Order: sequence, then C-alpha cells, then structure tokens
Amino acid sequence: MAKIHGHVKIEIENCKGCELCVNECPQDSLKMSKNINEKGYHYAVLNDDTCTGCTNCALVCPEAIITVYRESKTAKEKIATITDVKNNISISVN
Amino acid sequence: MGKKLLMKGNEALAEAAIRAGVKGYFGYPITPQSELLEYMATNLESRGGAFVQAESEVAAINMVYGASGTGTRVMTSTSSPGFSLMQEGVSYMACAELPCLLVNVVRGGPGLGTIQPSQGDYFQAVKGGGHGDYKLIVLAPNSVQEMADLVYLGFDLADKYRIPTLILSDGALGQMMESVEFPEYNVEEHLVDHSSWTTVGRENGREQHYITSLHLLSEKMEEINIHLQDKYKKIQENETRFEAIQTEDADILIVAFGLSSRSSQKALELAREQGLKVGILRPITLFPFPSEELKRLAKTVKGILVVEMNAGQMVEDVRLSIGSNIPVDFYGRMGGMIPQPDEIVEKIKSLSKQVKNLAG
Amino acid sequence: METTREGIVCSNLDQMDVVFDRTEVLHDTPTSYCPGCSHSVVHRLIMEVVEELGILEKTIGVAPVGCSVFAYHFMNVDMQQAAHGRATAVATGIKRVLPDKIVFSYQGDGDLAAIGTAETIHTINRGENIVMIFINNGIYGMTGGQMAPTTLEGDVTSTTPLGRDIYRQGHAIKITEMAALMDGSYYVTRQAVNSAKTVRKCKKAIKQAFQFQIDGKGGTSYVEVVSNCPSGWKMTPIEANKKIDEQVLDYYPLGDLKTPPKGD
Repeated sequence: MAKIHGHVKIEIENCKGCELCVNECPQDSLKMSKNINEKGYHYAVLNDDTCTGCTNCALVCPEAIITVYRESKTAKEKIATITDVKNNISISVN
Repeated sequence: MGKKLLMKGNEALAEAAIRAGVKGYFGYPITPQSELLEYMATNLESRGGAFVQAESEVAAINMVYGASGTGTRVMTSTSSPGFSLMQEGVSYMACAELPCLLVNVVRGGPGLGTIQPSQGDYFQAVKGGGHGDYKLIVLAPNSVQEMADLVYLGFDLADKYRIPTLILSDGALGQMMESVEFPEYNVEEHLVDHSSWTTVGRENGREQHYITSLHLLSEKMEEINIHLQDKYKKIQENETRFEAIQTEDADILIVAFGLSSRSSQKALELAREQGLKVGILRPITLFPFPSEELKRLAKTVKGILVVEMNAGQMVEDVRLSIGSNIPVDFYGRMGGMIPQPDEIVEKIKSLSKQVKNLAG
Repeated sequence: METTREGIVCSNLDQMDVVFDRTEVLHDTPTSYCPGCSHSVVHRLIMEVVEELGILEKTIGVAPVGCSVFAYHFMNVDMQQAAHGRATAVATGIKRVLPDKIVFSYQGDGDLAAIGTAETIHTINRGENIVMIFINNGIYGMTGGQMAPTTLEGDVTSTTPLGRDIYRQGHAIKITEMAALMDGSYYVTRQAVNSAKTVRKCKKAIKQAFQFQIDGKGGTSYVEVVSNCPSGWKMTPIEANKKIDEQVLDYYPLGDLKTPPKGD
C-alpha cells in the first residue's frame, strides 16, 4: 500500500466550486465531485493518495476551507535498532 | 482663565477648541475661516493634538470620520462651498453616530459667492444638508464670546448624544475682534467613555468593533432610522437654548440668530426709544429649534418680524412653530449684505401699523 | 466540517502535522465573494499576517465601497467602513490620532484610482505610515462590471461594450507607478494571487509592508495585488487567473517598484 505523505480536509459545504485547487495541485490528487453541496456547488475532494501536503491548494483556495496535513518526521518507519551503546554497539537491521 | 483677551472670532473658536480637549483638527483653507485652520496649525500639535491640512474638504471630513471612530475629540471647519463638499461625510457620520464638532463660517452664496457674511446655509444646516433623514445639533453664536462658549457646549453635546454638532457662524463673526474670556473647563471631567464601540484595535482580544453606515437589510435600516429619530426627539426635549430680550411685554417680536440678532438688538433700542414695545427671541440652538417658546410668545405678542441674512429660511420654521394667525413678516438681505438697524426699525414700524389695523 | 462522504480517507492522520489551517483572525462567516475571487485570498493573507506578527490587538482596517464593502464581516479586526474613495483619508484620521496603532486601508480600483485619486496621491505624499492594499482587477465588480481606470485597452466591460478605446476612454492608469515616484512612499510593490507561487510572494510582501509600519518606518507601504474578477470578466476562475498571466501582467508587471534604501 502506497504511503500517504500528506492529506487535506476540505469544508465541502463552503466550497464554491472554483476549481483553483484542482488546477494548482502538482500531484493531480484533487478532483471535483459529481455531487453538489447545499449551496449547489460541485465541491473539491481528495481523489487519491498521492497528496504530498505541499499546501498549494490551500494557498490558492479563496474560501480558506482547506486544512493540509503532512507526515511528521517522527513517523518514519523504524529500520534499525541500536542497543548496548556503552560497551558493544550492535545494530540490527529490521 | 478670568483674563479678558481681544481676539478674532475664528481664533477664539480655535483656542476654545484646544482648551476643550480637541485632539485632531483636519481642515482646508477657505475664506473667511482660514485663520481657524492657521491657528490650529500653529498651536494644536504643541498642545497634544494632531493637525492635518487635507487635500480638500472631502478628504478633511473623512479624516474627521476616521479619527472620531477612535473616540477622540476631533473637528473641522470650513465655509459654505466647503461645507457642501462635506455633506456626504456628514451624512455618513450622522448615520454611524460619530461625535465631532463642525464649523461653517457662512459666506454669501449660492455658488462660489462672496466672502461676506450670510445666513444662507440655514436650511443646509438644520434640515440635513446631506442625503437621508438626519439632523445635526446646530449652535448659532452671535459674538466672539459665544464663538468660544459654544465650542465647549458643542463638544459636550456631540459626545453626550453621539452626533455631529455644527457651529453655524458667519464671515463677520469669524473676522471681528471682541473681548473674550475662556471659562474654567476640566477636559477629563467632560470626556465620555466611548470604549464600547470605538475602533482602536481588539484590545485584550475583545470582539471586533466596526463602524459603518451601510445596512442593506431594510428592516435593519429602518431600526437605525427609528433610533436616530428617537435621539433627535430627546435632543429636542432637553437641549433647546435661546436668549429672550424684553419679550415679556413685547408687541412686536423679532426672531433673529447670529449676526442679524446684533443688528436687531440695536434696532430694539431705537424702536423702544420711539415707544414701540419690541422684544427679541434669539435662538441659540437652531436645531433643536425653540418652537415651544415661540408658541408661548405667539399668545402675547401681536406680530413677529424675522430678520435674516438670506431669502427667508428660518422664517419658515417660525411660521411652522406658532401655528397661529398673528402676522409673521420677514426682512432679509442677501449676498453678503447685513441688515442695518434703521432698516429693521422701518420694518418694525410698518409691521406695527399692520398689526394696529388688524386690531382696530 | 470535512469531506468524509467521498474521496480518500487517511489512515495515519494522527501521525501527521497540520501544515496549513484557516487563521482564527478570519470570521467563520463564508464570504460573499464570487467563486475564485482574489478578494477572499487577499483577506486571508492579511489576516494571517496580522496573526503572525501579533498585532491583532492594535490593528484597525478601513474597508472601501465595492465588492469588499463588507470586509469587516470577513476580517475579524476593528474596521471602519469609508465612503467611496476616501479610505486613505479615513486611515489618515485614525493614524494621526492613534499613531501607535497599525492601520491599513483596503481598496479596489475605483476607490483608489478614480474617485479617490486625490486621497491616494496626498496620503502617499504626506508619507502617512499606513499600509495601503490595492486590489486591481480592472473592473467595477460590485456595480455590475463597468470600466475601471485600470481596465486594459480592448477589454469589454458593461460601459465599454466594444472594448476599451484609449482615444475615447483613456489609457489604463498606472497609479502604482505614480505612487512609486512620490517621495512619501516607502515600499511599493505589485503582486498577484493567481497561483500558489504568486500567493506565497504576495504574503511575503504584505508581511513586509506591515513590518515596516510596526518598525515606524517613515512613508507609506503600498501593495497592489493584480486580481481577478471571474464574474465581471465572464470567465471561469481558472481562465481568469490565466488571463492575468497572459495579458494583465504584461501591462502591470509584478515586482517591487520601490524598496527602502539599504541600511534603513
């Protein structure tokens, strides 16, 4: 399963369907929904998991309804364990 | 304080304003009031205020609007053509309930007119010269002393009712020199706490204040208007001021404000010497108009002569006020000419004759 | 409120940092601007700057007449609504009596470059230490799409149905260039918000402008934002932003027209 490096949440009820975010996303992760919100606009949705959390969409969004998440550095997958540092340093790779 | 100074009207007004705690003056030169602007330029900043000679009267009134919104005592002054330019801003301030002191040193008009004194802006002042249903408190001095005294009153009323207050002066009062004594006035005791609505930044994270005169929803706009009308009613009930000179036994009542009241006072002396029982009712507040006092006097006097320096403006309010059958005559000079005492006495005599004929 | 009905669901959101969120200095109210309108973007940038610089408690804005007349319903700072064209005069009044506050004016092209031209020139000439924000979208949006002083030659508006003719209607006015020529201006820049790249630069410029006022640098800081009007231009927001790149920026190029002298 591909890693998600970033994610966005969109307040779809306040989306006015301007499509600027879709246009601005370098990963083409965003797409306009075929459904409409209460105001009658087609709203933007995150369509696949290629989001990198670059914030381009949020920067151009006129309604400021996009929250952008990005993987923090602490959440990297553990690849090795270092033990017994005082005496013998031993490293075991997972 | 307690010292009598000989000052020009415009300058006395400016000095009074500084003593009354004005902290912002934004104006533009125009004859016959430029001395007021110049006095402020020379004195205001060294006494703790901000002075700007704006690029136009339009800019000046909008600077007053902005500064007033911070709860600071501010003012502007101009003359008739400049006051016309300010009307949009005045209407906005009346609606947004922004206190300030305005001064119109009236000159002959209409148009560019003359620089000589006139009272041709009465309608503009009391009927609301800008668009919409609003009123200003209008104060009419008739001496250099009153040019000073009415400033303190003007600021206090403006703050008390959150209303732009206008001193309606004229070119002669602005230019003439008379003795003036500035009263004791503790500014701190007179300032009003406006912090519930002023825009000074969201201190301590309080909720936003905004100042506007735009209310697109008619229901809301009507509410605002009703509130304003209630305010004007209160002002009418509580703030009417006038001077009554020998009115109690008068047969002929002169009604005059400002400079025409000075000529009328001389005319009263001359008429009384000739055995005519003349009195003067001098409105000091033009809005609120002393209708009640006029109505009262209309029961005892036999005729009213309204003397103005215009084509007949306040006379309409006199007629509206008394609602009775006694003759109301009018004497006016226009274009900067000043009614002379002997001319007024002639009118008093002819009105007296008219009144006698009616009685007999 | 979020998208949960459709679209991707994130499995490890708890391991992610929030790298962009809506600033608290914007009201929760959805804006009344058209879809894609630059006004909304600039409102957000100004409010982000106010939050980041920590000046919320002393900022006072002045709203114009035009589409952004209700700016105070969106920007959650103390604001005054000015008469058409007079925003910089109102800002002058505020700043002169409260010089320690941070004051900004926000105007469209009619406000700043037509009816308010005298106020614009003289506020800058006096070097008032305020921030002037100029939203230049070459049209009068609020009143239905009439020609603005900055409408380009050939552009069709409701009062130039055959396209702007410079011999009948004059040239698109270069008021920002005039501002830069004046000694009273301290920092004059032209930005845009039609792409993520220009948005980032624009925010930097706005932050710089406000910082200059905080530092008490003499002179006016003036930020023009070349903006769109999808409704008035009769285009989609994407097309409108493209028009800016392909046409508008040729006439109104981006960049700093005046920067403070070194060592200031």
